[in-house]
Amino acid sequence: FAGLADVSISEDIPVEGEITVPVGSRSPDEDYSTLDEPVRDTILRDLKAVGKKFVHVMYPKKSSALLRDWDLWGPLVLCVSLALMLQGGAADSKDDGGPQFAEVFVIIWFGAVVITLNSKLLGGTISFFQSLCVLGYCVLPLTVAMLVCRLVLLAGSGTVSFIIRLLVVAAMFGWSTLASTAFLADSQPPNRKALVVYPISLFYFVISWMILTFTPQ
Amino acid sequence: LASPVMYLFAEFDDAANLLAANPDATTISIDEPVEIPKNQRGRLQETGREEDDELLGTDDSDKTELLAGQKKSAPFWTFEYYQTFFDVDTYQVLDRIKGSVFPVPGKNFVRLYIRSNPDLYGPFWICATLVFTIAVSGNLSNFFIHLGKPTYRYVPEFRKVSIAATTIYAYAWLVPLALWGFLMWRNSKVMNIVSYSFLEIVCVYGYSLFVYIPTAILWIIPQKVVRWVLMVFSLCLSGSVLVMTFWPAVRDDNRRIALATVVTIVLLHALLAVGCLAYFFDAPELDFPAPTTPTYNGTIGITKSH
Repeated sequence: FAGLADVSISEDIPVEGEITVPVGSRSPDEDYSTLDEPVRDTILRDLKAVGKKFVHVMYPKKSSALLRDWDLWGPLVLCVSLALMLQGGAADSKDDGGPQFAEVFVIIWFGAVVITLNSKLLGGTISFFQSLCVLGYCVLPLTVAMLVCRLVLLAGSGTVSFIIRLLVVAAMFGWSTLASTAFLADSQPPNRKALVVYPISLFYFVISWMILTFTPQ
Repeated sequence: LASPVMYLFAEFDDAANLLAANPDATTISIDEPVEIPKNQRGRLQETGREEDDELLGTDDSDKTELLAGQKKSAPFWTFEYYQTFFDVDTYQVLDRIKGSVFPVPGKNFVRLYIRSNPDLYGPFWICATLVFTIAVSGNLSNFFIHLGKPTYRYVPEFRKVSIAATTIYAYAWLVPLALWGFLMWRNSKVMNIVSYSFLEIVCVYGYSLFVYIPTAILWIIPQKVVRWVLMVFSLCLSGSVLVMTFWPAVRDDNRRIALATVVTIVLLHALLAVGCLAYFFDAPELDFPAPTTPTYNGTIGITKSH
């Protein structure tokens, strides 16, 4: 480099050229093309994304697909179906004792928001909606448990059916907690993991309790 | 003659300059609180109240006031401000819970465990757990009590959750607010050596409620004597935590006012426990077994078949 020390560019010679940065310019094309595609493709794409996340919840591996492309369609569908199934057809009773539709909704969404705020306040690096997405999707095992409970209650409501329901709900509660912990625990500081996991298990415990104590009128 | 006084003023000046010039030093001193009181004790030459050093923490109360002021420096509309209230690790929360369940006589909960790092995690989640534990245990205990009766139909009693939540959260936040206001008012009249910030009072109340969680679970046992024994036991434990925390703060005041304050604290705590037991758990004595009508019908049936 010693020879280059003498080189100097004089002031009156303009330096010109072309600088091009190869940009992956596919995204404007993609946006443009999704306007033209049939509605069926759009809906199927979203449904496939939701379905893929359901599969991720049922077989929880530490993949980041659930976290990266969050959506709230799955949690909404799960929450509405769970709240509907928890209605005992008790339109006439004034002290039916079971949770109303709005109560289930509020508990699930308000509970998820509080847990997300808790994990962010404790220093978590996950974003707000990603955490809501994970918590909502991990209600899937409990929704399956609710379905099984309703089917078992159609057969009878004695002690045997209660024991079956208890085992199913307990297993699904464990599955939900493990699934959500597998996704969320990595984003927490290591010495506060238990502080974040405990409210999640409390949340799913409350939902499990609502499912277990469901009695049809 | 003036030199010891000048020496004292120089020490205060030195400390203030150190803190102003190097705010990071405060974070180090939070981790190593044992060294600072010894230094200050040596310097400031406290003569009176040595027996209350651990209870009052007179030597580091000034320091903790300064430290508390230094820590929460973010404006209250930013997220970081609220993150300072959740600056605890798992082992710290577990230690604080342990300190509330096994109160060491003579040790102040705030000075020993909180050490100017009050957190809102413990109070909030202990209250949430207590709400759901009381509701679930009450429901379970009523179910077991009324199990054999033919007219009983199980209801989950979901309304009671919202009532439990309102009561417990109101107790855990409004009573500390009232107590803090009262202590501030008395501080303006009488020079108290110990004063607590609002968050520290909320912290003490929140952690003192922890012992009611296993108590509520054990209240499922449908024996009246067992329930009352449990209640008195847990009331003694959590009440002693509160009394040992607040007695040093009011002791310098007028004797009657100090006693009245401590008695009110314990009474409100007892009222919460008794109210929860009475409202959420049905009395087991209602369950008188086997009214005589079934056997009467049975004998009628037998005589009729003959």
